[in-house]
Amino acid sequence: MALVAMTLVMASPSQAVQPDEILSDQALELRARTLSRELRCMVCQNQSIDDSDAPLARDLRLLVRERLKAGDSDAQVLDFLSARYGQFVLLKPHFGWDTALLWFAPVAVLLLGGIALVRLLRHRRRIESPDEQPLSEAEHGRLAGLLREGEISAPTFTERPKSR
Amino acid sequence: MIAEIGHYALVLALGLAVIQSVVPMVGARLRDDTLMGVAGPTALAQFAFVAVAFAALTACYVASDFSVANVFENSHSAMPLVYKFTSVWGNHEGSMLLWVLILSLFGALVAWFGGNLPATLKANVLAVQAWIAAAFYLFILMTSNPFLRVPQAPFEGRDLNPILQDLGLAIHPPLLYVGYVGFSISFSFAIAALIEGRIDAAWARWVRPWTLAAWMFLTVGIAMGSYWAYYELGWGGFWFWDPVENASLMPWIAGTALLHSAVVMEKRNALKVWTILLAILTFSLSLVGTFLVRSGVLTSVHTFASDPSRGVFILMILTLFIGGGLALYAWRAPALKQGGLFAPISREGALVFNNLFLTAACATVFTGTLYPLALEALTGEKISVGAPFFNLTFGPLFIPLLLVVPLGPLMPWKRGDLLGVAQRLIGAAGFALVVVAATFAMTGGGPVLAPFGVGLAAFVMAGAVTDLVERSGLMRLPLGTALTRARGLPRSAFGTMIAHFGLGVSLLGIVCASTWGTEQIVAMKAGATVSLRSYDLTFDGMVTRQGSNYRELIAKFTVRQGGEVIGIMEPSKRTFPSRQSSTTEAALLTRGASQLYLSLGDPNDDGSIAIRLYYKPLVLLIWLGAVVMFLGGGLSLSDRRLRIGAPKPAKAGKPTLQPAE
Repeated sequence: MALVAMTLVMASPSQAVQPDEILSDQALELRARTLSRELRCMVCQNQSIDDSDAPLARDLRLLVRERLKAGDSDAQVLDFLSARYGQFVLLKPHFGWDTALLWFAPVAVLLLGGIALVRLLRHRRRIESPDEQPLSEAEHGRLAGLLREGEISAPTFTERPKSR
Repeated sequence: MIAEIGHYALVLALGLAVIQSVVPMVGARLRDDTLMGVAGPTALAQFAFVAVAFAALTACYVASDFSVANVFENSHSAMPLVYKFTSVWGNHEGSMLLWVLILSLFGALVAWFGGNLPATLKANVLAVQAWIAAAFYLFILMTSNPFLRVPQAPFEGRDLNPILQDLGLAIHPPLLYVGYVGFSISFSFAIAALIEGRIDAAWARWVRPWTLAAWMFLTVGIAMGSYWAYYELGWGGFWFWDPVENASLMPWIAGTALLHSAVVMEKRNALKVWTILLAILTFSLSLVGTFLVRSGVLTSVHTFASDPSRGVFILMILTLFIGGGLALYAWRAPALKQGGLFAPISREGALVFNNLFLTAACATVFTGTLYPLALEALTGEKISVGAPFFNLTFGPLFIPLLLVVPLGPLMPWKRGDLLGVAQRLIGAAGFALVVVAATFAMTGGGPVLAPFGVGLAAFVMAGAVTDLVERSGLMRLPLGTALTRARGLPRSAFGTMIAHFGLGVSLLGIVCASTWGTEQIVAMKAGATVSLRSYDLTFDGMVTRQGSNYRELIAKFTVRQGGEVIGIMEPSKRTFPSRQSSTTEAALLTRGASQLYLSLGDPNDDGSIAIRLYYKPLVLLIWLGAVVMFLGGGLSLSDRRLRIGAPKPAKAGKPTLQPAE
C-alpha cells in the first residue's frame, strides 16, 4: 500500500532512528523527532527522514540534532535545510506564489461550492414560488366538491406534491 | 499452449467488447429489441473469455512455466503455492488482467441481474461498459501482454518481490479493484442516462446497490492496505499520505459522496445533475488512480514497471473517458429536469453539506497529490507535499463533516427543525462531553486537541445509536412496541447506523494510536530487558530458520506484565537469495484492541541488536471500524427495496406500502 522504497529496503536493511542518534536531552530529542517528520528523505519515495532507513536520512537526522544542539530554533533548522537542499526537503511546502493554489484549493472549493449552493437554492425558490400561491376561490370550490365526492383520497406516495 | 489459449481468449473478449459497445446502442436508438438483446449474452460471454484468460495465466504460474516471460519475472518454483496464485496479480500485466476480469464480471452481473431495467437503459449501460472494457483489452494486448513467451525457457524464475509475499497484500489488490472497477457501473449508468436524456428516482435506485458494493470493497481494500503497511513496513505507521494511497482515497471520498447524494435522488428526486456528475467523477478518479499507479509517474512498490508507452496509453484512455464523460455532461445535463425542493435545514440539506465537505476534502487530496507533478512539469521547481500538509488541511475539513454525521439521519426530509434534532442528540452530546472530560482526567497534560478527537468519535458512535433508539422509540414507547418497530425498520436504516458507528470506531482508533502511542528505541543484548508501559520484554536470543524460499533471522522475546509471562514475540528479518533482498517482519502482540509492536534493526558488532518497540493503544479499532462500515454496507445492500429494484406503480385497490424513512 504505502510508499515502500523497495530499493532501499534491499540496499540497507537498517532502521529509522537508531539508538545511538537519540539525544540525552529529552526536550531537544522530542523537537528533533517532530522536525524529522516534516523533512523528506530525498532519495526515498515520499518518506520522512524519521521513517526512512536510507543513510542520507540518518545523516539528515544527525544534522537536525546538531543544529538543535547549537541552539537553532525549529524554523531556523527548517530554513537551514531548505537553503541547503531546496524546497523539496520540506514535506509541508512553504507558502508562496508558487504554492498559493495548493494551499488555497481546499478553502476555494468550499467557498465556491457554498456560494453556488446558496445561489442555487435561492434561484430555485424563486422559480418554484408561483406554485405556492394560494388557491383561487374557484379552485377552492372545486376542491371541496371533489373531496365530498370522495373521488380522491389523500395523495399517495407516488403522487406526492412536488412542492410544499 | 495454455498461455496461447489465454492470449486468444483475451483477443476474443476484445472482439465481443467491440460488438457490445456498438450494437446495443444502435438498438436503443432504433428501439430494436433484437439489437438491444445482443448486450446481455455478449457481456456474459466476454466475462467467460476473460475468465479463461485469467485461468490460463494462473495455470502458468501454478505450473511455474518460466517460458512465459511474466511468470519468469515474478515467480519462483520454491515459492509457497498460495503466493504462486497471488503473484498472478503481483505484477503490472497480471494486475491489469485482474482489472479487466473484475470489469467484465461487473458487466456480466448487470446483464444477469438487470432484468428489471428498462431495455434501452440496460442496452446503453452495457454498451458504455463495453467501451471501457475494449479500451483496457487493447491496452493489455498492445502494451502489457502477460502471455508473451521468452525464446529459451530459463531454468528458474526471478521470484516475486519479497515485500509482496504476504497474505495481507495478496488479497488487497482484488478488494481494491472490485471497488475501483465497481464504480465503472455508476459511470456507465450516468453516461447512459445522459445519452437517453432521462433520469429519475428509479435510476438512483438501480445505481445505488452497485455504488454501495463498490464502496464497501474499496473501504476494506484501503483498510487492508493500511494494515499491511502497518505491520510490514516496520515503523508502525498506518497512513502515509503517499500518492499511491491517495490514489485509492480519492475515489473512496468521491464514492462516499455519491452514495449519499444518490440517497437524496432516490428519495426526493433532487440533486440529479450533481449525482450524475459525481458518478462520472468517481470513476474518473478511479482511472486517475490507475494512471498514477500504472504509468510510472510515481514510483513505489505498486508501480511494478514503468514504461512510457503504457503511461501514454493510459493517459489516452483517461482523456477519452474523463474528457468524453464531462463533455457529454456539459452538453446534456442542462436538459435534465430538476425536482424535489428542500429547505437548507433538512435531511437533504445535511446530505448536501456532506457532499460539499467531501468534495472539498477530495479536492485537497487531489491537488496535494498532483500539484508537485504539475509544478515540476510547468516550472521545473520541485516541492514535496507530505503528511504534515494533509494533516493540516484534510483534518479540519473532516471535523465539521463528522460533527454533522449524527444529525443527518435524524433530520426529516424537506424541512427540518435544527433545535428538535439537537434536543434528540442531547444524550449523545452529553455522553461525548463526559468522554472528553474522562480522557482529560486519564491522560493528564497531553495534546489538548486529542481528547476532543475522542469526544468526537464518541459523539459519532452515540449519535448512530441515538438514531436507532429514536426510530424504534425505545425510550418513549413500551419495550415490546419498540422492538416491533425496530424489527419493522428497513435494513438500510440499520446499515446506515452501523456504517456511521464504524466511522466513529475508526476515528477513535486513529486519534488514540497517533496521540498516545509510546515507543522505545534501544540496542539490546541477549538477556537484557526493556520496559514500555506495564510491559517488560526480555530478549532471549537469536535463532535462524530456513523458510521455503528465504532465510530468517529471528529474535525471541518473552513479554511479561507484572512478572507474569503473557506472550512471546518473534520479530525477524528475512533474506531472499533469489532477489538478493530482505524484509523486516514485525512482531505484534494484541492486548484487547491495543498492540505491542516490535521490529528489528541492525545487529551491532558488540552482539547487540537495535530494536524499535511501540505501544499502540486501540490501534486495531482503525481497521475494525472499516470492517464495521463494510458490514453496515452489506446490511444496507440486503435491503428489500434494493433487491426488488424499482418501485412498481401501486396496484389498484391495494396501495403498496413503502417503509417510512
